[in-house]
Amino acid sequence: MKTYLGIDLGSTTSKAVILDEKGEILGKGITNSRSNYEMASSVARTEAYVNAKFTLFRRALPTGVGAEQLAEDLEQSFRLEQYLAQLRLLERFAGEALDGTRYALVRAEAKPRLAGVFQQMRDESSTLFRRASRRKSDFFRDLAGSSFQHIAEKLADPQTANFSMMLSLFDKAILKVENEPVELGFDANIDAALERVLAGAPAGSREIWRDAAQTARSTVIEEVRGVGTGYGRARLPFPKDRIRSEILCHGLGAHAMFPNTKTVLDIGGQDTKAIQVDPEGIVTSFQMNDRCAAGCGRYLGYIADEMNLGLHELGPLAQTSKRTVRISSTCTVFAGAELRDRLTLGEKREDILAGLHRAIILRAMSLLARSGGIEDEFTFTGGVANNPAAVDALKLLVKENYGERKLNISPGSIYTGALGAALFARRDAIAAELQTAQEAAA
Amino acid sequence: MTPTASADAMPSLKDDSMLRQKELIGSYYKRLADAPKTNTKTVATFVPGNLTELISCFGTVPILPEINALQSGMRKLSGNYIAEAERQGHSEDVCTYVKCDIGMSEAGNIGPTGEKLPNPDLLLLSYTGCFTFMKWFELLRERYGCPSTMLHVPYQGRGEITPEMKRYVVEQLERVVIPDLEKLSGARFDIDLLREKLALSAKAEDDLVYVWESAKNRPSPIDGYFGGVYYIGPIFTAFRGSQEGCDYYAMLRREIEERVREKRGPMTPEGEMTTEKFRLVVEGPPNWTSFREFWKMFTDEGAVVVASTYTKVGGLYDRGFRHDPKDPLGSLAEYCMGCYTNLSLPERVKFIAKYVEDYQADGFLINSVKSCASFSAGQLPILREVERLTGRTGGFIESDLVDPRYFSAANIKNRIESYLQMVEQKRTACVNVAGVGA
Repeated sequence: MKTYLGIDLGSTTSKAVILDEKGEILGKGITNSRSNYEMASSVARTEAYVNAKFTLFRRALPTGVGAEQLAEDLEQSFRLEQYLAQLRLLERFAGEALDGTRYALVRAEAKPRLAGVFQQMRDESSTLFRRASRRKSDFFRDLAGSSFQHIAEKLADPQTANFSMMLSLFDKAILKVENEPVELGFDANIDAALERVLAGAPAGSREIWRDAAQTARSTVIEEVRGVGTGYGRARLPFPKDRIRSEILCHGLGAHAMFPNTKTVLDIGGQDTKAIQVDPEGIVTSFQMNDRCAAGCGRYLGYIADEMNLGLHELGPLAQTSKRTVRISSTCTVFAGAELRDRLTLGEKREDILAGLHRAIILRAMSLLARSGGIEDEFTFTGGVANNPAAVDALKLLVKENYGERKLNISPGSIYTGALGAALFARRDAIAAELQTAQEAAA
Repeated sequence: MTPTASADAMPSLKDDSMLRQKELIGSYYKRLADAPKTNTKTVATFVPGNLTELISCFGTVPILPEINALQSGMRKLSGNYIAEAERQGHSEDVCTYVKCDIGMSEAGNIGPTGEKLPNPDLLLLSYTGCFTFMKWFELLRERYGCPSTMLHVPYQGRGEITPEMKRYVVEQLERVVIPDLEKLSGARFDIDLLREKLALSAKAEDDLVYVWESAKNRPSPIDGYFGGVYYIGPIFTAFRGSQEGCDYYAMLRREIEERVREKRGPMTPEGEMTTEKFRLVVEGPPNWTSFREFWKMFTDEGAVVVASTYTKVGGLYDRGFRHDPKDPLGSLAEYCMGCYTNLSLPERVKFIAKYVEDYQADGFLINSVKSCASFSAGQLPILREVERLTGRTGGFIESDLVDPRYFSAANIKNRIESYLQMVEQKRTACVNVAGVGA
């Protein structure tokens, strides 16, 4: 089947979206961005193809057999296979790091402890991948990191293999894992994943599963054209005409998700963009922050680190505030100082956080105003759109400044740029086909 | 075309006129450096509203602090100069030309040719549309302990120069500026000498206008912004009203005429542009610290600047103004009041919109200068209004004149690419893609 690929290499995460011939989303993939953009691009792309194969798997299942639950179980089992494949690599690299000369004196004692940590990680891995299980993150670094940390804390020995040494081994190994090609694709992992699920399935249903998996596996996904976007776009193995600015991709992606969109706000890791689009999704005007990432996603990340909180915990905590502290500065560098100053003054954490969220949105409001204001409908994208306190602040300020506006936020908003890129790929491919046909006719 | 060494890694390619231009500017700095030895008096003045012909009538040589600052920017020296000025207490938000000049002075006033530049003997403020100019010269008066003369130039608030405005400036020239220059030089004012110089100016101006308007061709044989910076060098500095200047513009014109005949694109440091994908009008000065990198961001995308407002801050010759030997002081007065920086916002809008139409531009881009509040104020409304008048897409980027800290290459490149893709997208017929589920 013909497909079109869009890849968005962002500063925090890299995303890929695959569209089918009709322009419907077939697959989506995401990974954390790393120093190696090529690798991030490859992982996001593989993830999107895996996701596309699962879409095909779902489509191949007959109706009325609990298709969604079947697919969910298989997908979780598949994720577990991917996790275990990476865990094997992590263990190998951690072992190699331990072989370094600086650990010569403690190596004999540390080796079995390290092996014990990995054994326990494997033992508890299945609990991470169950139907409807809630994970704080889907990235291997976060999942393995959290698991390694709490097990190593128990197994560490202050005299020989202490906790900080264990963490240092993990840090060295995880970097290598993230930059090492590892087979995470559908074909390589589906059999093992399927057998695990089938072991507990009624005998009569096994053929349905196997048939659907076989259909997904045997469907050839032909990538007709790919378009890349995002800060790492220059590193993508695409020719120049297949690279698009993320501003255009976000505009088109938001338009595709919500066709009545006129204004788009995207707050990403290191920039904020205010974009106006026409009824075709074409960007007519934009403004973005210059030089400094004040008030972007990275600012929230910094605040989370300062408060020793997870990024996802900031918004809900800020929402419990009863009295928003007025903060005007969104300078990322001063964020820590601002925070400690307010805490010293006796302000509550949630009130300070509410103020910080408002300050971020105030800065975005300035860019929006300069780009031409906020028209109905208004679509909010980027990682910060997942933060409920940022959304609350935005709603309030939009109402105060522009009156009632319909605010669209898609649960898949993080894929907006990649979706726009995939749409460009499809658009370009159709235009190229038309041109070829016209030339042939002439 | 000849390769010459540059501050950047690859040698930059230059036309013969560019090499000649470099020689001229070098000779000007040599004259300045030799001024104490030759007992030549120097007059510091600014590019907008400069009275070069009048200054040279008295055998005195102009010092142009903005040109010194941009030269320092291009030679990657401005960062340290600005840091020095900040150590002396000038805030981060002060005009970076001012800070660069002060820092350069503190570091010994070494000019682009490596020789020490003299202190000015007189500060001649002949344009007051930029309030910072006045404060800048106050600082220099304090620093050098030299006399100063001010020519108050009325702002074209209503978009016209009235006979009263002209008379007001001419009277100041007669009563203040000329007597002060006589006092400085010890020479009597010779109006016939001024007429001769103004005739040479007008001839050079004719040739320069030909060069600007050659960009109406497709492909444009020139880049009217980055390349334009080379073309304005002599006429913005000490060569207006001189035979050398006149010869340079005649040579430049011949070079461009040949390019037009051969349908060649503009010369850039990376070589001749062979594809003209976008024709743009640009408002605002270029960034000097990353000039070549900035230019390359345009050429890489096949974008040529067919007209720019920055290259008109030293005179609006392509709107018909010429220095006039028949009305020497009157035309100098009109010149001072007619600079681009002296135009009101509605006039700037009309000016840019006319460029967009006349040069058949695909769009226009504003490079807003962070540390120049007076010029940057109102640029977004200008953008909206020009978009409304022309139907062409406007783009907006932000950088600075000579503060390297204010040039974020990734951000600016991103904006330029996004803008050009936006222009391209508007030109291309689109396939409807609406309706993909969220």
